[in-house]
Amino acid sequence: MSQNTLNIITLLIPALPLLGFFIHIFFKNKISEKLAGIHASMWVALSFVLSLVLFNQLQSVEVIHVQLCNWFSVGGLTIPFAFQIDHLSIIMMMVITGVGSLIHVYSIGYMHGDEGFNRFFSYLNLFIFFMLTLVMANNYILMFVGWEGVGLCSYLLIGFWYKNQEYNKAANKAFIMNRIGDLAMLFGLFLLFQYAGTLTFDGVNESVSRIVPDENMLTAITILLFIGACGKSAQLPLYTWLPDAMAGPTPVSALIHAATMVTAGIYMIVRSNLLFSLAPFTLEIIMVVGIVTAIFAGSIALKQNDIKKVLAYSTVSQLGLMFFAIGVGAYEAAMFHLITHAFFKALLFLSAGSVIHGLGGEQDIRKMGGLDKRMKITHWVFGFGVLAIMAVPPFSGFFSKDSILIAAYHISPVLWVIGLFAGLLTVYYMMRVYAVVFRGDERMSAEVSKHIHESPRVITTPLIVLTVLAIFGGLLNIPHLFGGNKMMMHYLSPVVPMDEKHMAMNTEIMLMIIASVAIFLTIYFAHLKYKIKKTVPEADAQITGFGKVLNHKYYIDELYNAIVVKPLNMFGNFLYKIIDLQVIDGFVNGTARFSAYCSSQLKNIQTGAVSFYLFAMALGMVGILLLIILM
Amino acid sequence: MDNTGALSEQMRAIPLENFIMLSLILFSIGVMGILMRRNLIVVFLSIELMLNSINLMAAAFSSYHNDPQGQAFVFFIMVVAAAEVAVGLAMLVMIYRNTKSIDINSLDKLKW
Repeated sequence: MSQNTLNIITLLIPALPLLGFFIHIFFKNKISEKLAGIHASMWVALSFVLSLVLFNQLQSVEVIHVQLCNWFSVGGLTIPFAFQIDHLSIIMMMVITGVGSLIHVYSIGYMHGDEGFNRFFSYLNLFIFFMLTLVMANNYILMFVGWEGVGLCSYLLIGFWYKNQEYNKAANKAFIMNRIGDLAMLFGLFLLFQYAGTLTFDGVNESVSRIVPDENMLTAITILLFIGACGKSAQLPLYTWLPDAMAGPTPVSALIHAATMVTAGIYMIVRSNLLFSLAPFTLEIIMVVGIVTAIFAGSIALKQNDIKKVLAYSTVSQLGLMFFAIGVGAYEAAMFHLITHAFFKALLFLSAGSVIHGLGGEQDIRKMGGLDKRMKITHWVFGFGVLAIMAVPPFSGFFSKDSILIAAYHISPVLWVIGLFAGLLTVYYMMRVYAVVFRGDERMSAEVSKHIHESPRVITTPLIVLTVLAIFGGLLNIPHLFGGNKMMMHYLSPVVPMDEKHMAMNTEIMLMIIASVAIFLTIYFAHLKYKIKKTVPEADAQITGFGKVLNHKYYIDELYNAIVVKPLNMFGNFLYKIIDLQVIDGFVNGTARFSAYCSSQLKNIQTGAVSFYLFAMALGMVGILLLIILM
Repeated sequence: MDNTGALSEQMRAIPLENFIMLSLILFSIGVMGILMRRNLIVVFLSIELMLNSINLMAAAFSSYHNDPQGQAFVFFIMVVAAAEVAVGLAMLVMIYRNTKSIDINSLDKLKW
């Protein structure tokens, strides 16, 4: 394929969803709901097909560079508007457009009849465009454009049902939390420019390997970049926006807040892995933050009763695991988990959406139960999703989590145990959700029960495709142990230097067996509690002890409210009531009042008496004369 | 020609100081008249007195310097003064018709 054709294909991939967005914007009221859904999905699906073509081409070429123009050039800083497709980007692109187009199709069924149907699809298309920009950019600045763009789309879609004030607040929260991270990231980029003298990925990698490493500087840069990733990928302490982001429609939760956008932080760090590898201290921080987040969010998920909230905390927890993998230096394991997670978490969210759809908007798992007979397909696909996320062999989650745990074991067996513990939390809460929602007795009101129905084909078809991906996603990176050759790890080697540590086969098998036994035991206990005994989570008021702390998410929101939001509000109030109303307004109004007072005094001179005027005139002239003479 | 010269001689016999003193006195009388009298006509007369004291001074200096420009100006001033008197008297008549008085203190309507 000629270079020209390749360029055109590359440019078309992000351009098609953007075109879809513009069509939606300009013909908002002219296209019918059906047409809107179909053509929005079509653009993304086309992008997916083109990504496959590029993927095929990348077998022979290692990198495709497409330069459109120089975006701007200031002093020594030249930022090209250029794309760079390498093995890392193409994997992300296929996940984004592939999962994205499935979710577009799903949304046609899910959003059916919503008054903002066309608006919804325009935002989704815009999101895909920005996400593709993010992963295709060849420099940090263009990536940052995509980074901010997806943040914008996330904000728009969380607050999609803008008539609900709570949802607007959730949207604001997400936006502001992300800004905190983005600020740090911008500072990181400034420092990086100062350090490396350029901001293209190639340039930075080249100069980093050329310049003698300045460890303090590198640590500062990488920590700032990592804080940016914390905001976008919902890590401690900036994670609180993600659970609230569930206010958006469920396909949004699946696409943006589980499968793609929140993994941008992982992508960014893997993309800059050369920098991070030179800053071991930052890697340690990432490792600690990742694993703490994984356990922290996982424990919160144990006691949540909103089906989407459980999945949201699960997402935070899984993202924590990915950062943990980065922290232990296993970039390709993080990428692998990112991909399998995109499959099974999108699947879980979408099937949860199918449940919510079938129950007419109910999200509280305590009011569900016994759905396995009523919604057969949803039950099956959710079940497979649960098996995948629980890391039951041989589903996809097993391979990806296993590769993370093995990498952790190389650093220290203690880390392996902690990582396994985080995984077991996942097993427990997912089993709980599954059993409470799909097994046991029906607990919904008779009115809701009458209307329960399996979702239409347009919803179940994407679910089935995702199920297949969630089951077989692990094949991408089968370890040597099972006769695989770590395909993905080799594929990523041009971007992520391969650092294959060898481990005695016996150890590896033993670790795997221990992990699997632990998982099965946890499943057994959860099964005993929620399926056999049919325990139903108690009402909020009855939760006591540590469970109450977990149910209230460790009171983190309250804490942030008390230490950040309230003081800020008070400060704002102070500025408004004291500085603005009193000082500034006082000064402005005071000036006016002063001159008004002076005039009111001076106007008394104007008596209207001509003789007085004459007298004043004569006196004035004498005065002036005297002045002249005396001078 | 001789005549003028003779007049000039006679004028020089009177020192310039006397002219200045006279016009100062006249001017001061005018000022006092304006400030102290309430009858508009007298005020008007006082203004004319001031004008003419200035005229006198201009003529005196002009003669002293042998420069006829000053005397030419005196005529201009007189003409302007005559025109001003015409306007002023017309206004005075109108004021009297409206207020039935020419007391200067009765004109106090123009104020804030």
